[in-house]
Amino acid sequence: MPPLMPEPLDAADKRIINALQGGFPLCDEPYREIAERLGLSEAELLARLQAMLDARVLTRFGPMFQVERMGGAFVLAAMKVREDDFERVAALVNGLAEVAHNYRREHVFNMWLVLATETQAGIAAAIAELERLSGYPVYAFPKEREYFVEMRLQAS
Amino acid sequence: MDELDRRLVLATQAGLPLVQRPYHRLADALGIAAAEVQARLQRMLDSGLIRRIGAVPNHYAIGYTANGMSVWDVPDEHVDALGVRIGALDFVTHCYRRPRRLPDWPYNLFAMVHGGSRAEVEEKVARVAAILDGKCRAHDVLYSTRILKKTGLRLTA
Repeated sequence: MPPLMPEPLDAADKRIINALQGGFPLCDEPYREIAERLGLSEAELLARLQAMLDARVLTRFGPMFQVERMGGAFVLAAMKVREDDFERVAALVNGLAEVAHNYRREHVFNMWLVLATETQAGIAAAIAELERLSGYPVYAFPKEREYFVEMRLQAS
Repeated sequence: MDELDRRLVLATQAGLPLVQRPYHRLADALGIAAAEVQARLQRMLDSGLIRRIGAVPNHYAIGYTANGMSVWDVPDEHVDALGVRIGALDFVTHCYRRPRRLPDWPYNLFAMVHGGSRAEVEEKVARVAAILDGKCRAHDVLYSTRILKKTGLRLTA
């Protein structure tokens, strides 16, 4: 589970994160190209990337797929879980492969998850499975319109 | 997306190999040429099937310790025009219209706001409120207090 407050990053780590927000080269030795741009050795870049993934500073490094373009679906859903039951339900919910993200939030709706499935029908099936496993209703909030999405956040 | 594309998705969804020649590593696993892997990834980028190839930081780790999902109840006849304006704010990372779930959930406009502190998020939320001036019936900000899972999409073979 990613820590809430990991160790502070050093300047080189921040530069790596910012340099890897997009446009990763599709050439034979892409890490070398990025390393040269950053004034690092390829070995150091690879080692730092691995360390940041291990420490969960980075949750992923690779292609970000748009599941909707593959015929699949991404749906936000929320649950109101009893506080004394939260850990049990979190473990059940996280165990489902269709749950791509899950956040605890301060609200009566205290569990917010994103379901990612390969087909539209997969969402309803995953919701039914979550309700069956947890015993709680799952409220789906499918997006009706996207006004803006920009995942990139700069480390500063 | 053909069968080989699908296998390429399966081979990369957990991440790109951290080796000197990552596309060659994938090519070996798939039994195709590295140039074919690169060409297919380029095609998926061009078509939008891949949004980007890059790193996904843990928001907390890069200094965004306050992550608020601001939610707003905006009349249906105004929500689209206002949603576009809120999505254009430089500090909003995601902005969507979603269905209300009455009576539990009256909000139909969602805007994610990140900051180094809750005070910073609240200052940004106030700027959203100013745009919605007079057109918003209720709002709330739901702060995340824990990342329970963050793996992204996982296709199954």
